[in-house]
Amino acid sequence: MKEKKNVDQDIVEMSAPFTLNRREFLKLLSGGIIISFSIENIYASEEAPQQVRSRHEPDDPNAYLIIGEDGTVTCLSGKIEMGQGVITSLPQILAEELVVPLESVKIVLGDTDLCPYDRGTFGSRSTKFYGPLLRAAAAEAREVLIELAAEQLGLPKDKLYVKEGFVVEKDNPKKKISYASLIKGKKIERRLGKDAPLKPVSDFSVCGEPRYRTDSHEKVTGEAKFAGDIHLEGMLYARILRPPAHRAQLKSIDTSAAEKMADVRVVREGDLIAVLHPSPDGAAEALEKINAQFDIPKEDLDQTNIYTHLLNAASNKEVIEEKGNLEEAKKLASRLFDETYLNCYVAHAPIETHTALAKVDGDSAMVWASSQTPFRAKDEVAQALGLPAENVRVISPFVGGGFGGKTRNGQVVEAARLSKFVGKPVQVAWTRNEEFFFDNFRPASIIKIKSGLDESNRIIYWDYANFFAGERSSQMYYDTPHFQTVMYGVRGGRGSETHPFGVGAWRGPGSNTNIYARESHIDVMASKAGVDPLEFRLKNLGNDERMQRVLKAAAEKFSWTSAKSPSGRGYGIACLDYLGTYVALCAAVDVDKTSGKIQARRVVVAQDTGTIINPQGIRIQIEGCVAMGLGYCFAEEIHFKGGKILDTNFDTYQISRFSWVPEIEVVLVDNPDLAPQGCGEPAITGMGAVMANAVHDAIGIRFFELPMTPQRVKSALTGA
Amino acid sequence: MHIMSIHIKSLNHLRRHIMGMDTKNVISFILNDKPVQMSVKGGRMLLWVLRTELGLTGPKFGCGEGFCGACTVLVNNEPVRSCQYPIKGVQGKTVLTIEGLAKNGKLHPLQQAFVDNDALQCGFCTPGVILTAYSLFLKNPKPSQTDVIQALDDNLCRCGAHTRMLQAVHSAAGMMRGGGPR
Repeated sequence: MKEKKNVDQDIVEMSAPFTLNRREFLKLLSGGIIISFSIENIYASEEAPQQVRSRHEPDDPNAYLIIGEDGTVTCLSGKIEMGQGVITSLPQILAEELVVPLESVKIVLGDTDLCPYDRGTFGSRSTKFYGPLLRAAAAEAREVLIELAAEQLGLPKDKLYVKEGFVVEKDNPKKKISYASLIKGKKIERRLGKDAPLKPVSDFSVCGEPRYRTDSHEKVTGEAKFAGDIHLEGMLYARILRPPAHRAQLKSIDTSAAEKMADVRVVREGDLIAVLHPSPDGAAEALEKINAQFDIPKEDLDQTNIYTHLLNAASNKEVIEEKGNLEEAKKLASRLFDETYLNCYVAHAPIETHTALAKVDGDSAMVWASSQTPFRAKDEVAQALGLPAENVRVISPFVGGGFGGKTRNGQVVEAARLSKFVGKPVQVAWTRNEEFFFDNFRPASIIKIKSGLDESNRIIYWDYANFFAGERSSQMYYDTPHFQTVMYGVRGGRGSETHPFGVGAWRGPGSNTNIYARESHIDVMASKAGVDPLEFRLKNLGNDERMQRVLKAAAEKFSWTSAKSPSGRGYGIACLDYLGTYVALCAAVDVDKTSGKIQARRVVVAQDTGTIINPQGIRIQIEGCVAMGLGYCFAEEIHFKGGKILDTNFDTYQISRFSWVPEIEVVLVDNPDLAPQGCGEPAITGMGAVMANAVHDAIGIRFFELPMTPQRVKSALTGA
Repeated sequence: MHIMSIHIKSLNHLRRHIMGMDTKNVISFILNDKPVQMSVKGGRMLLWVLRTELGLTGPKFGCGEGFCGACTVLVNNEPVRSCQYPIKGVQGKTVLTIEGLAKNGKLHPLQQAFVDNDALQCGFCTPGVILTAYSLFLKNPKPSQTDVIQALDDNLCRCGAHTRMLQAVHSAAGMMRGGGPR
């Protein structure tokens, strides 16, 4: 087998640190690749910070935590809070490892001056990759505190233990000294000089306990500040002239009417033409007064012919993995399958649009931004303004949803440039139209699967071709002797020169499409073989006990009973591996044959996320994945003509509503032997398949293209 | 839906020109229990006056065309999309934003239920959802699940906090049944 590539699909410009989980390591071993470090090291790498720390991430504990004189502990993280709940779970990790009461921990997020460098909040990485760094810092701080206490008390270290922010003498628990009095509000000056021992998971008491969100009070009272809520004296609101289509060229412009308006300032700085006003609606009114003509290139690409375009443009074949001999396998198969799966462009569509407030003073800049990547935004502002990066501070306050879309910071740079130009603080808040126009959509993509079953309904042959979906989750996890996975497009499947507009990472990038295709195809085979789809999966998963366990857990909760599909019950099942998190989903749907409308009645999700930090947070993320995922199953699709985006608001671009959401049940499958894995994205990536499989089970029609809109369902039912 | 958006836009345009709403008016209304009098162009949308002039940032800008509900506030206890509601329309009326729902530092049972049920994620749609549910309670203290879903269905949430929000509204209804909503 070839070595697996580690392509970062969350941010294309940056490369992922070289990390392997246990399974990836074992896979490599089976391929006979020589690894130059010991197995112990690899196992440890699931938690060891040196394996996940890039050269940018500091190893000084002071960068991650501050012990205050009043006994409070401040957790510092460059992660941002966009609803996913790190504001609650990161303090749990810190409190656990430092051994302080959770209530004493405060948190500062997303401030590039105060927090340690962070690549960004995406890819379900906060707990998995930042967690170990935070734990290491806390463990070192704890060990140094014990050393300091030992010296102060004149006792050997092994006569001491730590409890709730105190170092305590074992033989005389009344004799204790608080962390606060050891540090006295200063930095921890001493370094341990070696890796501090981590608390064993079996000793966890704060992690693993359900904790409710700590930001709820602010968010139910309206006190929570998002980027657009920050107000500075003398600030101006900008609206920017936008082209009607991508690649449109400005032909002529007349700004005289806008310039005559009271309090309006028209700014033209290179390609940036904007109107500024002390109120947002004033700026909007001024923008309407600008008369601009654009040349729009005539282009015929749209959502129907895009797939042909992509197939024609696909080049650069990369073999992701291969094993056995496909030609031989084909001959051994008693049943052959050949299907094509399509997935369209979908938008991130957070309810908060991209927003930033920038205040540029001479040679320094301060920015509040709705950004998943504040440190990246800092570099981008520095570059745009020609400032040293250390003169730029970016703060991401509460972010009103991101889903991958706010890894890009176009609005931040715009606000900074305009603020520099006018010498006043400037807010740029994209309109909904701009949000749809500048979004980096989940890429339209094609998956072609050829496969074969032998006499005993074992998958004997699997030939998987991925066009532009992105690599993640395209690898085969069913046990088959002959297979290959190939990818076309450019590295990471992005191909921004091929798509008619920007594409990027959308919650569970790559995987939503890959798992929709693979898990649909598994059902296609099971159905043809006349085998219950759960049985078919369990049989073909080989020795993958972890996957079998989540499947069985979901099926049990769902009360799955064996039947070949279509059974008319409207039941679907799917399973997946998303970057080390294992998920199985069971769903029940109703299909209204008159309207074509699909209603999900019930979804059960069983998930193995490794060690659990906050079970409550994981449940909420899974529920969110199910509810949000319904959108791409049943409605979400970007309509376009060439570079013109035809969906400009939520009238034509429909996302999940209260009435769409089914009963959702979550089973957390315990796996404390594995380090914490990600949980923000995994479950959403199974939604396309579980819904398509359930719809097939209900009406006997297989949808090879998402979304399954009422119109498509109706057409399929009437054979139109 | 799309036709409706054009309709709303052109209606606003018409209102502005026929009724001369671009000129400044003195508008008096009750905002979160306090009287407010201000000189403002009557055609300006309530959302921007609240957020910019009155410093109330609980109502959010989400879509600007009345489709998402993030800007929802109550005018005379009825939910309105403040991004589509000219300030002139609140003359002599009461306006409630999320900032006015808690009294004397004590959360309204609905707000408390959202906290107790973890019924939010990013929190951007939360003010609009809570106010819409509050308005429903005023009219119907014992709403069925169907009533609640119907009332909230045009408030969009992208994070997918729907099921917990429904639980929260349901449990708040139970909590308030004793004393009834304020």
